[in-house]
Amino acid sequence: MDDAIAVRDLVVDRGGRRVLDGISCRVPRGAVTGLLGPSGSGKTTFMRAVVGVQLVSGGTVTVLGQPAGTPALRHRVGYLTQAPSVYADLTVRENARYFAALYGRGRGEADRAVRDVGLAEAAGQLVATLSGGQRSRASLACALVGEPELVILDEPTVGQDPVLRADLWARFHAMAAAGTTLLVSSHVMDEAARCDQLLLIRQGRLIADDSPAAIRAAAGVDDLDEAFLRLIRAGEATSTSTDATAARESA
Amino acid sequence: MNPRILAATTGRILRQLRHDRRTIALLVVVPAVLLTLVYFMYADQPTPPGQPTAFDRIALVMLGIFPFVIMFLVTSIAMLRERTSGTLERLLTTPLGKLDLLFGYGIAFGLAAAAQAAVAAAVAYWIFDLDTAGSIGLVIGIAVLDAVLGVALGLLCSAFARTEFQAVQFLPVVVIPQLLLCGLFVARDQMAGWLQALSDAFPLSYAIEALQEVGAHAEPTGRMWRDVAVVFGAVVLALVLAAATLRRRSG
Repeated sequence: MDDAIAVRDLVVDRGGRRVLDGISCRVPRGAVTGLLGPSGSGKTTFMRAVVGVQLVSGGTVTVLGQPAGTPALRHRVGYLTQAPSVYADLTVRENARYFAALYGRGRGEADRAVRDVGLAEAAGQLVATLSGGQRSRASLACALVGEPELVILDEPTVGQDPVLRADLWARFHAMAAAGTTLLVSSHVMDEAARCDQLLLIRQGRLIADDSPAAIRAAAGVDDLDEAFLRLIRAGEATSTSTDATAARESA
Repeated sequence: MNPRILAATTGRILRQLRHDRRTIALLVVVPAVLLTLVYFMYADQPTPPGQPTAFDRIALVMLGIFPFVIMFLVTSIAMLRERTSGTLERLLTTPLGKLDLLFGYGIAFGLAAAAQAAVAAAVAYWIFDLDTAGSIGLVIGIAVLDAVLGVALGLLCSAFARTEFQAVQFLPVVVIPQLLLCGLFVARDQMAGWLQALSDAFPLSYAIEALQEVGAHAEPTGRMWRDVAVVFGAVVLALVLAAATLRRRSG
């Protein structure tokens, strides 16, 4: 029960292609875990499996002690999709109030969620008239408004200005300090350093699962970008040498 | 279903409609304009003695057909927008039940249809002297039920449409055969046996027959109540099927 998320041998196929290939990992409670990887590596699919909207081919995903997708979990898990999914023909405030109502929260909580993402001044504006960055913050407000125990955020800081990005990360850490678990995906390595724990996936496989400090130490470099590159190269070298060994043995 | 979530969802859909002034204007004005057209089309047609005038016969049926066709289209598009904008997937990760969403659409568009039917009926009765034996209240009530039938079929069909082009094509597939065989063009008992059987299978036939019963009898008849019950049953069946085709998990 110490882990917010426990994944064992997760396999997902989409459109005849293996998108996640046997992932096993744990996400600790009350921390910010970063899910890092290039575009197309399977980050979104992994998050969808955790939220319980992804059909999986194999393995188990346990979330807050229950199988992912269990109805009771819908009250306890908040999900921010990568593309902002809010109603363009409603104002920011109306969107936040609607999602607040779904979680049994009132107008006060909705207005606070809008303020917390820095949209207080745009609260009365239709979402259709917002900039891309504002729109994704409106979507974030709707994911946080129910004060879920576990928050799954798919690229929440894309397109945000640097000051706002720093504010959002400060807010994520404040939430974690208050006991919330956050799983945040990003393809920007400078965000990796802000996480307590990192999961690096590439081509549907888990390459690293550790704290930023431990990953730096393992790779022997200070720069996380470089560290990940070395881990990937090291992984490829091992798999080629095992292949070579296997080929020799069979010959 | 949860009354609080159902009410919030209904309110949200009505709020979306309220922001779209042009759609509201079209909903209210178009039926009145079309009735005007029908009035002048038949203005100089002779009426056999003892028969209702052509305008009385056709306008009454049109009061039931407008809300059915328009709400079918509006719902198909609205639901497709929920799908393509990602809000549907997001809603399905919240405590919202599928029936909360489907009944929310039914109630919200039913209310919009009530306003539309009231205006259209007022124009028909007070400007063009529509004459029915039964009450205007029953006519509006049946028109609203027709609208809800359109919503329910629209929700069901939208599950089978992946694009806007497909959604619009369901109009000729689902709506037009029902219009042709509902008894407006050829009386149902004068059609070939197999056409009559088809007509018997279409819910719109019962909706139109109920309106014709109101047109011919001062008091609600048993046949009218039976027809209303059949349409209501079709609405519930379509909504249950729509809920069954709405999947929380996808590939």
